[in-house]
Amino acid sequence: MSVSLFTVRRFLISFSIAWLILMTDHAILLWSLEWPIELAIIDSLISNTLLLMACLLVMNTIRYYTPELNQYLNVLCMCIVLTVLWMVLSKWLLGLALNSYEGYPLFLRRSIMVRSSIGFLIMGIVTMIGIIWYNWQDQQRSEERKSDAEKLARDAELFKLRQQLQPHFLFNSLNSINALIGARPEEARKMVQQLSDFLRGTIKKEETQWVSLQEEMQYLQLYLDIEKVRFGNRLTTIVETDPPSLTLKLPALLLQPIVENAIKFGLYDTIGETVISIKTSTGFNNELQVIVTNPFDPETSSPKQGTGFGLKSVQRRLYLLFDRNDLVVTEAKEDQFTTRVRIPQLPDITTQAKNTDTA
Amino acid sequence: MPKVIIIDDEPLARSIVKEYLAKHPQLELLGECGDGFEGVKMIQQHQPDLIFLDIQMPKINGFEMLELLEQPPNVIFTTAFDEYAIKAFEAHAIDYLLKPFNQERFDKAVSKWQEQQQSHVPAKTDELLETAALSPAQNQRVVVKNGSKIKIIPVHDIFFLEAADDYVKIHTHEGYFLKNKTMSHFEQALDGQQFVRSHRSYIVNVQQITRIDPYEKDNHIAILKSGMRVPVSRGGYGKLKAVLGL
Repeated sequence: MSVSLFTVRRFLISFSIAWLILMTDHAILLWSLEWPIELAIIDSLISNTLLLMACLLVMNTIRYYTPELNQYLNVLCMCIVLTVLWMVLSKWLLGLALNSYEGYPLFLRRSIMVRSSIGFLIMGIVTMIGIIWYNWQDQQRSEERKSDAEKLARDAELFKLRQQLQPHFLFNSLNSINALIGARPEEARKMVQQLSDFLRGTIKKEETQWVSLQEEMQYLQLYLDIEKVRFGNRLTTIVETDPPSLTLKLPALLLQPIVENAIKFGLYDTIGETVISIKTSTGFNNELQVIVTNPFDPETSSPKQGTGFGLKSVQRRLYLLFDRNDLVVTEAKEDQFTTRVRIPQLPDITTQAKNTDTA
Repeated sequence: MPKVIIIDDEPLARSIVKEYLAKHPQLELLGECGDGFEGVKMIQQHQPDLIFLDIQMPKINGFEMLELLEQPPNVIFTTAFDEYAIKAFEAHAIDYLLKPFNQERFDKAVSKWQEQQQSHVPAKTDELLETAALSPAQNQRVVVKNGSKIKIIPVHDIFFLEAADDYVKIHTHEGYFLKNKTMSHFEQALDGQQFVRSHRSYIVNVQQITRIDPYEKDNHIAILKSGMRVPVSRGGYGKLKAVLGL
């Protein structure tokens, strides 16, 4: 929501001064036409207070429905309608208050055109000021959003780099390979292959690229297989993919941080066997739904700990793409921590991704 | 013959240490285990002279496990922690092996330990743990031993801490637990915005305070949500006011 123009102190002061001048001017003009001073003041007060109210109404309206600068006709119509309303109302009130003065009713009728013109002019000016202000504000906000988006994109880029390197994961995997070389060289060779395929997957994919769930799951499987070699019998994974969901699309490398988070949270927060389950399905509106669960110990850790840096990065990426914050939901129930991600399917996903990238 | 135990949550990481250890027949491998709970049991049972210890492990990390031992053995850390993070501990540990490491590097660590044994350089495990306790990963919880059980207390569950001779009493809704540490250790390790030393012998969790009443002359007393009362000295009252923004 735009900030009201009236909260700007300088504007408020100049607006009030302008209005005082207008009122004084109006009264002096009538006085110079040899109307009694009290009539001049009452006339000025009534007309200009009503005009002020009309102007405030206009300002408030354009605050909520800021017209584009090229929608002149709508704005013009609004000003005309309000001027007419203002004129009718002030003529009636002025008549009510001042018709006892001799000659005033006639003067009022004759001056209607002049009054309307001046009223319309003033309303027009106020409206233009309002439109310019709120448009400028909109522009500023979109400027701000743009720079925010750029900053987030940069952060995502940085995080991606960190993800690519994943020092802890990488060094531990190399350590496992080192152990396998002596005892089970065949398995060592297999793990080297898996690790290479996994790393190649992180490097070649662009953050903005969309892939099918099938492709993402294959990549994820490499990661899971490596982790299973590392943690041995402690780690069990259940992967259930609903076949129709496999063709749905999602931003590349979106799921790996979620699963990584679940594995870390599960393995380091509990002792003994850890079961991580990954379920995919087609949800409401054909969106892709992925549910990842891991065990945790409710006695010693708050579910907050589960929403680590990995989940935040996923949330940010989805926000960048869809301008929505509700696509990643976590829930802790008894000793299970669930992360639910929804990925809306867009009619033309590739252009959408590009748009967000350059917006 | 010096006795050795391996503690690491990854089976393959343990097997590589075993493999390298086989070249050192003078060392006797007593056993291996996959987490700190098992580690504490095994160490108490076997009293090893040296342990190979991973840092990141389930439930409690390597440092927290060492804290639970009255007389921690000599330690060689085996970890994939990045070098930067481990640097802080370098001065206090016998050595650390960055995964993956080779036989040569392993042998070097073992001979370093043996030299220290011969020259009777005392292991500086206490200083090491003191350094480790200040790391951000560890100021979210306190690990204590309750009889033979190990208890992890998230810091937000702590009502207040009370000095008790060589120990500190950690009061929670489940009663109190003893930890062999000093008050100033906790004052340093815990987040100063949440835990305030209200008195020479008390550190209070400000989130637990419902009100602070005057008590005798110059003193105050903090009433906690649980109804417990914690003494507040004059200086402590000033600190509390600053943290609570009064």
